[in-house]
Amino acid sequence: MNNKELVLQKLKENFSDINFETTDYLDELTVKFPRDSVVKICEFLKSDPALEFLLCEDITAIDWAKRKDRFTVVYHIYSIKNNFRLRLKADVDESECSIDSVTSVWKGANWQERETYDMYGIKFNNHPDLRRMYMPEDFEYYPLRKDFPLMGIPGSIPLPKK
Amino acid sequence: MGLESLLKQDGYFTTKVDALVAWARKSSVWPMPMGISCCAIEMMAVGDPKYDIARFGSEVMRFTPRQCDLMIVAGTVTYKMAPVVKKIYDQMPEPKWVIAMGACTASGGIYRTYSVVQGIDQFLPVDCYLAGCPPRPDNLLNALIMIQDKIGRTKAADFKNVKSPELELTSRN
Repeated sequence: MNNKELVLQKLKENFSDINFETTDYLDELTVKFPRDSVVKICEFLKSDPALEFLLCEDITAIDWAKRKDRFTVVYHIYSIKNNFRLRLKADVDESECSIDSVTSVWKGANWQERETYDMYGIKFNNHPDLRRMYMPEDFEYYPLRKDFPLMGIPGSIPLPKK
Repeated sequence: MGLESLLKQDGYFTTKVDALVAWARKSSVWPMPMGISCCAIEMMAVGDPKYDIARFGSEVMRFTPRQCDLMIVAGTVTYKMAPVVKKIYDQMPEPKWVIAMGACTASGGIYRTYSVVQGIDQFLPVDCYLAGCPPRPDNLLNALIMIQDKIGRTKAADFKNVKSPELELTSRN
């Protein structure tokens, strides 16, 4: 059994109530699931002795602009034991715009979630320190959203006087 | 040649105070190395024996703004960094000069985006814009020579009523 089959079989065995959408493109496995189950799935993927996805490589998001569920939060995780990468996706709508934090699973997710919050405005529930990463604390916009103009909003970040 | 031959003849020479002061000022410009990104590497290269900024009397790179009179802003200035650059500039004693080193500092360069200040002349008085991405060390020396020319043309009266601004304590950063 190869790694992909192992991951899918394990997930289906343990979460029979969750509807997984899987895609296998360019030999990369992507698993999509509803956002409210993100913590328990991540917890399982990390702690299962046959999988051991110990490393959370990246957390980011996609802004689909006009789609119904506007955002997709994307996780890239890596199993050192199996030398296998897995991509997880969960849709987030603009009205709620929040997803549970996985910092309880991987501590390294802290800054990655902060960055995603800074750039897309997606709130991570139960995050220990959800502050902006790059932009000033009092900045009101989210630069990587599709409706943010490339040159920014004039006057939104004040410059010192000459 | 030079001062020695002048003094050998009569033991004295006459000049203007302005000329003497300007000559002294321009011959030992102490730079504040405001190295923010990649241009700073070229700025460091200017200090090495190959280019040797000491030939122009500016080898004393001071890392405290209180002892400097030339600020070399070397690198991309983001909006978040701008108050810091300005605060350091304000801490330098008068008279002072500014070199905007490299395309980013002079105009935003390739970073035509919301996070980068499109030219530091929006909040600093720039004396010399330096082209290049990054500029070669020779080019920085050229800018220094231009600044020296500019200092050489100043008169003491130019700085008579210049006051250092009250330092603005910002909540930002």
